[in-house]
Amino acid sequence: MANTDIEQRKQELLNQGYTEVYTKTKVLTDAVLHYCPGCGHGTTHRLVAEVIDEMGIQDKTVGVSPVGCSVMAYNYFDVDFQEAAHGRAPALATAIKRLNPDCFVFTYQGDGDLAAIGTAETIHACNRGENITMIFVNNGIYGMTGGQMAPTTLVGMKSATTPYGRNVALNGYPLRITELLATLPGTYYVTRQSVQTPAAVRKAKAAIRKAFENQKLQKGVSFVEIVSNCNSGWKMTPVAANKWMEENMFPNYPIGDIKVDGKIAEGIDANRLVLSHPLTVVNK
Amino acid sequence: MAKELKLMKGNEAIARAMIASGTDGYFGYPITPQSEVMETLMAEKPWESTGMVVLQAESEMASINMVYGGAATGKKVATSSSSPGISLMQEGLTYLAGAEIPCLIVNVMRGGPGLGTIQPSQSDYFQSVKGGGHGDYQLYTLAPASVQEMYDFVFDAWDIAFKYRNPVLILSDGAIGQCMEKLYTRDYIPRWTEEERRANAPWGTWGKPANRNHNIITSLELDSARQEVFNHKLQAKYREMEKNEVRYEALNCEDADYIFVAYGSSSRIAMKAMQMAREKGIKVGLFRLITLFPFPTKQLQEVAKNVKGILCVEMSAGQMIEDVKLATNCSIKTEHFGRFGGIIPTPTEVLEALETKIIK
Amino acid sequence: MAFKGQIVIDTERCKGCAVCLAACPMQVIELSKNVNGKGYNYTEVVNDKCIGCASCAMVCPDGVISVYKKQC
Repeated sequence: MANTDIEQRKQELLNQGYTEVYTKTKVLTDAVLHYCPGCGHGTTHRLVAEVIDEMGIQDKTVGVSPVGCSVMAYNYFDVDFQEAAHGRAPALATAIKRLNPDCFVFTYQGDGDLAAIGTAETIHACNRGENITMIFVNNGIYGMTGGQMAPTTLVGMKSATTPYGRNVALNGYPLRITELLATLPGTYYVTRQSVQTPAAVRKAKAAIRKAFENQKLQKGVSFVEIVSNCNSGWKMTPVAANKWMEENMFPNYPIGDIKVDGKIAEGIDANRLVLSHPLTVVNK
Repeated sequence: MAKELKLMKGNEAIARAMIASGTDGYFGYPITPQSEVMETLMAEKPWESTGMVVLQAESEMASINMVYGGAATGKKVATSSSSPGISLMQEGLTYLAGAEIPCLIVNVMRGGPGLGTIQPSQSDYFQSVKGGGHGDYQLYTLAPASVQEMYDFVFDAWDIAFKYRNPVLILSDGAIGQCMEKLYTRDYIPRWTEEERRANAPWGTWGKPANRNHNIITSLELDSARQEVFNHKLQAKYREMEKNEVRYEALNCEDADYIFVAYGSSSRIAMKAMQMAREKGIKVGLFRLITLFPFPTKQLQEVAKNVKGILCVEMSAGQMIEDVKLATNCSIKTEHFGRFGGIIPTPTEVLEALETKIIK
Repeated sequence: MAFKGQIVIDTERCKGCAVCLAACPMQVIELSKNVNGKGYNYTEVVNDKCIGCASCAMVCPDGVISVYKKQC
């Protein structure tokens, strides 16, 4: 359907007494996303944009995305946007917020960016308690460069640089940086969500909304991890990748709030925060 | 602070000039011999007076990227460091140049390579003007030779940075940074109002109003044809700087048989050597570079037309000399004299070098 | 209270990832045998059981689905 046909069809439905339940927010541009089919980035982008739309803060929002699959996020969000060097988004966001305290500032980073090359910037921005929102998309792999091992690649998981599976003796352990950040006094809200089902999307959106609302409180970093898929990197169909994610990523990266309103969330075992949560070994 | 006569260190002058010139933010990391810049700012607490933000970052990589983030909102943002720290910032500098973000970087040079020494040096000339990071880019580079110039060049840097949407580098060294001299302060320039920021930096990312498209700050362009067009645009900008913004000083060059070419600390030593030579009856002039990029090529050509030899005085193994030879097309006998690794040459050594390498 | 739903799919932007098929509780959507300009088998509505729950739109990474409903 051409654009005009779509608009015509929508108008017809409204004329027939239908009400609009859902349509793409205007805070996303009409640019076609460059992400692979079924990629969680698209859904996560949409949720962030919907939150900006619903809060009415499009004119006060500045986004930052660095190198990785989300490097061209600036084409999709209709807000002022900065593209950072690999790993440095939290440093940019720190200065944007400090020099423009009325702005809502968010970073949008992948696992290689936030948890490998940008570890120092991530930890120090969180530890300083910058009043920013950080969106962290964790799909356990370097997507943009062609599926190499990420800091979050699971033990046993095959990638372009771990062709026989991630081996702890050779490659070390998957990094649960979100748990690590929750132990820092500068983080106010730390949660892990996903976007593969309607129910997960609802929860993820509520988390992102909270993470943006928290900027008004000036109490520190609000950090939302989205455990996501990488169909191309995992070499699976999108639907199979979502299933594999639920079966293998979730046991290692448990979904739910870790820290809420500056306090460790209810039901969170303190042992998990000191990284003794058992890691599973996957075979893929 | 109104116009006053003060005594202070070069590093302190940088800090006070930042406050007085309406700088919005400073992000830095301690390193000898420039740590007094951030120390002075923290002691002055400008956030209580002008509203300037000052923050100690976790590394030079973080501080240069904080400069990127802050300056990309159209505000006047600066950092300072010394040679090893500036090396760490090279990634940030090429991104800043590629995204055309006006900002100020101060390098108070020390001796290298590697961790080197903490004493003064001028061995970062290549890094500063030949592109320390990747890609074809230039930083407008000012070389102060006194504490007064450390102070004044901060004001000049903001004019150039925003006129050309380009990072400006003040390339100083440990001698100028650490020495105390008198200087005249200037009247405060207030920080830009919101309206002034928006007028001076319409490209800035401060939140998209309904009546304009979203502003994007990036150095990424996957379409190589468009990237080439952008590179041509950058080069055209650099040619404009070469046409309009060259700065230098020619002393006693009219009747000179020989000239010293130098910048920063070395130019002051060369000046003394020039006076000593004149007392001995040798007609020596001094051509002092103030901008290293753009290099005063035509002006040096003009001055050097009638001289018999040029001695390049720099605290390095010979870096600036390459641009001097290019400017004169190697048509004049040109030699280098320098001490390095943190040693400052004496005027006597410079004069001896002139006599043995050029005149003999 | 029952609802009748309708979805409008921007088939040219659809990448045929089929995530919406898995999310739809009424099995309203299938991948088309035809392809769009990018070569993807886009999604299409194959029956009139849609209840307007918007599950498909919520999980669509490319935001190509708009959802409408009315009481019936």
